[in-house]
Amino acid sequence: MNPASLQSYLLISSALFALGIFGLLMRRNLIAMLISLELVLNSASLNFVALNKFCLPDKSLGQVFVIFIVALAAAEVCIALSLILWFYRKQETVNVEDAKELKG
Amino acid sequence: MTAANVIFCGIVIVTLTGAFLAVWLKNVFYNALGLILCLFGVAALFIYLDAEFLAVVEVIIYVGAISIAIIFAIMLSRPWFTQHSRRDPAKLSRALISATLLFAGLVGVLRETHFPSVESGDVSIAGIGKSLLTTYALPFEAVSLVLLVAIIGALVISSPKERS
Repeated sequence: MNPASLQSYLLISSALFALGIFGLLMRRNLIAMLISLELVLNSASLNFVALNKFCLPDKSLGQVFVIFIVALAAAEVCIALSLILWFYRKQETVNVEDAKELKG
Repeated sequence: MTAANVIFCGIVIVTLTGAFLAVWLKNVFYNALGLILCLFGVAALFIYLDAEFLAVVEVIIYVGAISIAIIFAIMLSRPWFTQHSRRDPAKLSRALISATLLFAGLVGVLRETHFPSVESGDVSIAGIGKSLLTTYALPFEAVSLVLLVAIIGALVISSPKERS
């Protein structure tokens, strides 16, 4: 692990991505799945910033993109948590396998 | 191995440990705490990558707002009392195999690819502000609109009155 090489950052972000996908596939708790999704988004932003530092002439482009990712993650979490809470009030559970009915 | 390398390895280990705790532990509250640990590690990595502004944004928005909102929802839904279901080994192994294959694929691609190195450019916060308000002004406004719609949508969805 060398702080001056692009490969180490890309390796870390792939590990974060794989862990996030693992959590998304394994967990059945909706909130835990949301937490895993945050890991995936973070690995994407880490990738953007690393490639921005090492491979891009315009150094502000990747950072602007990560700001957009953070803003969209905030919006996504806001909507997802309100949906989860609504589902919990309706069904008394946050297990995704109990979410079988489409009618709201 | 120099001291800087040791510190960097420590940050990487903290990040990956946080991520592992965030997906593995059964108690959702501990998952949220692991997520916070991992986000602090990612913020430290952003400082290594000359992105101090993003490190601050990461701590303020992810740790200060998103994680707190997740903990808030955990408190409101009390899932750790009701849900301590056993893990299905078949499901666990399927998830493990898919994630391992994905990771192996990504590492293989990383080993094969040659990334050209470029060193020029303006890394300052002023550069970010300038490009946010000139080149990327339209996406910036669109994102603010998306956030506004998300807030209104969350209020409408979670309002307590029963809809027919």
